[in-house]
Amino acid sequence: MGTPPPATVPFYNDPKKRSILFQLLTLLMVGLLAFYLISNTLANVEKQSIATGFGFLEKEAAFEIGESALSYSAADTYGRALVVGFLNTLIVSLVGIIITVILGTLIGIARLSSNWLVSKLAAAYIEVFQDIPVLLQLFFWYAFFYNVLPSPRQAIHPIMGVFLSNRGLVFAVPETHPVYKYMGISVIVACVVVYFLRRWARQRQARTGQPFPIFRASLALVVGLPLATWAAGGAPTAMNVPVLKGFNFIGGANISPEFTALLLGLIFYTAAFVAEVVRAGIQSVSKGQTEAAKSLGLRPSQVLNLVILPQALRVIIPPMTSQMLNLTKNSSLAVAIGYPDFVSVAGTTINQTGQAIEGVALMMIVYLTLSLLTSAFMNWYNKKMALVER
Amino acid sequence: MKNLRFFVVLSLVCFVCFMACGDSGKVSEMEKKAADAESKVSELEKKVAELEKAAAPIGKTLENVLAKGYIQAGVNGDLFGFGKPDEKGVWQGLDVDTARAIAAAVFGDAEKVKYTPLTAKTRFTALQSGEIDVLTRNCTVTLSRDTDLGLDFAQVNYYDGQGFLVPKKLGLKSAKELDGASVCVLPGTTTELNLADYFRANGMKMNPVVIENTAELAKTFFAGRCDCLTSDASQLAGTRAVAPNPQDYIILPEIISKEPLAPAVRHGDNQWKDIVNWSVLAMIEAEELGITSENVDDMLKSEDPKIMRFLGVTEGNGKALGLDEKWAYNIVKQVGNYGEVFERNVGVNTPLGIERGLNALWTKGGLMYSPDFK
Repeated sequence: MGTPPPATVPFYNDPKKRSILFQLLTLLMVGLLAFYLISNTLANVEKQSIATGFGFLEKEAAFEIGESALSYSAADTYGRALVVGFLNTLIVSLVGIIITVILGTLIGIARLSSNWLVSKLAAAYIEVFQDIPVLLQLFFWYAFFYNVLPSPRQAIHPIMGVFLSNRGLVFAVPETHPVYKYMGISVIVACVVVYFLRRWARQRQARTGQPFPIFRASLALVVGLPLATWAAGGAPTAMNVPVLKGFNFIGGANISPEFTALLLGLIFYTAAFVAEVVRAGIQSVSKGQTEAAKSLGLRPSQVLNLVILPQALRVIIPPMTSQMLNLTKNSSLAVAIGYPDFVSVAGTTINQTGQAIEGVALMMIVYLTLSLLTSAFMNWYNKKMALVER
Repeated sequence: MKNLRFFVVLSLVCFVCFMACGDSGKVSEMEKKAADAESKVSELEKKVAELEKAAAPIGKTLENVLAKGYIQAGVNGDLFGFGKPDEKGVWQGLDVDTARAIAAAVFGDAEKVKYTPLTAKTRFTALQSGEIDVLTRNCTVTLSRDTDLGLDFAQVNYYDGQGFLVPKKLGLKSAKELDGASVCVLPGTTTELNLADYFRANGMKMNPVVIENTAELAKTFFAGRCDCLTSDASQLAGTRAVAPNPQDYIILPEIISKEPLAPAVRHGDNQWKDIVNWSVLAMIEAEELGITSENVDDMLKSEDPKIMRFLGVTEGNGKALGLDEKWAYNIVKQVGNYGEVFERNVGVNTPLGIERGLNALWTKGGLMYSPDFK
């Protein structure tokens, strides 16, 4: 005989209503706190007669920036200066993430190698680089460049058109020519074709069991198409060779010591963490999986690609995402070694205009956006890689 | 767990309600409690007032300084001759002495100063937020800083100008030959702007290397990463003095800007600004009147009305500023006049070896000029 449910439950005993109540209270408190902080800040700023607003973005910046992906001069606005800083952050983060993932993966695999020396070397690398604060590593690399490398007049000159000095690595680049633009387009076209080719090849294999040499075909397309474009465009060979003139090299392309030091510091530091992530991922796949795949007659590369990696990636991707975010955020240490990243440019802007609140808000927005974008991309990839349970 | 917490909150609310609507029989008790509560409230109010003092509200810097018993001064921390601790950890420099002069005026004791080393980037925020009471950190007076940043500048304590430090081996004679050079510069300074202006005006190109930390910047320059280091000429002299081989570097003759360096205070605190302002002026006036830290006691017996007013023998100046009548005497006695301070920190007999130049008294062809102390 079941007891009938009570006619009325007090609202504080109803878990649903209660949870709504608590959430409303939390929201109220957060709202009040935000209101207090904002109104208090505004009142203080007004009391001290400090200017507010984002009008300063339109003003002439009047300071130079060491390296820039856009054309920039002191006559441009603060807004453009900040964009230049943002692009510098983006470049160093993007290049850093790509190299870090490759290097970290290699070291992670080396850590699991059956070769004793290789495995111990990888272990030593991981321990050393993950235990030294990244700021110290940056100072080390930067000091390495300006102390060890010679001045431009005594630059190291290993091969034709390449100079290494304490002003950076200067190297010859092809003279501007319209054909290079078309070569860039042809690379993109090749990538799109490869994507569809792979899909077709996979479907065909599933249908008929006939494999297609997809790797070689892709390589031929990605390399061959731009080369063909180049040849069709008259095969220009003129090079813009750097020449030592006055204080520094004129012409060519330059990779500055600040950029390189920052990049190396970030890569070596983060790669140590990535290596551990990769090792954990691979070790999470039980040995039986490998043995089963081998006994089915798969080749070692197929074992890795079709059996191990899909399972390991599920474990690897989430912590890998956080390492990518770490690298992006750590790039803000650039200010210590003179690389003009977003924080550096925004810091100068804050100091010249005095708009600290606006400047810091911009920095927060930029890093938040970068981090959210990275997360969104990695979550999408994670979902794609996740094991589909049947 | 959740249940428990909920009931605790609920019972508290009920208790408060019950207290509020207690029945009439308990009125006298309630009144007693109300009186108690009132006394507690007044106690709390007192505490709040104390806290407010500690938080340095605008317009009450002097009260706040007197309450805590020392002046918090923002200084450079890395600049030899202006603000840097010596090997014994004692702060030394022209800006440090300016802060000490203010302490001598306020407390009669030049040692009642605590120093906050600040970078060029953090200095204004530190002042705006009330973290420091006065900024004596070789800071250039500009219109936008005076207005947009909510600051007020006191009397200039050093007239400077921007120059270039280069290695001798480059064989440069003039800054006009710097086209294409890499230039080491601190971020967030007027220096950075003057540099860009100068190169633009002369149709030259340059590549700035911007490093926030003064010591790190100097190291980078001495290692040869840049062809020249630009900063205020006084700072260049200070930087060169700590170079591995000072004789390997020269300062180019061009001075490309006006850099009047002055102590800064928060905008809107007029009394505090007056004190800072007249403390600097007192050092200048003392030099003009010929009063030094050594002869100041003899000068107390002087019959010169100017000197009598200055040293507080004739009273009035101290009261006007809200300070002790001996304030100017204390400054000269404990810190010295401007000439003494200059020669001690940056003058020709120091490693910096800077001539008085613009910083001489107006009577000797310089710009140091004080209004009368009456």
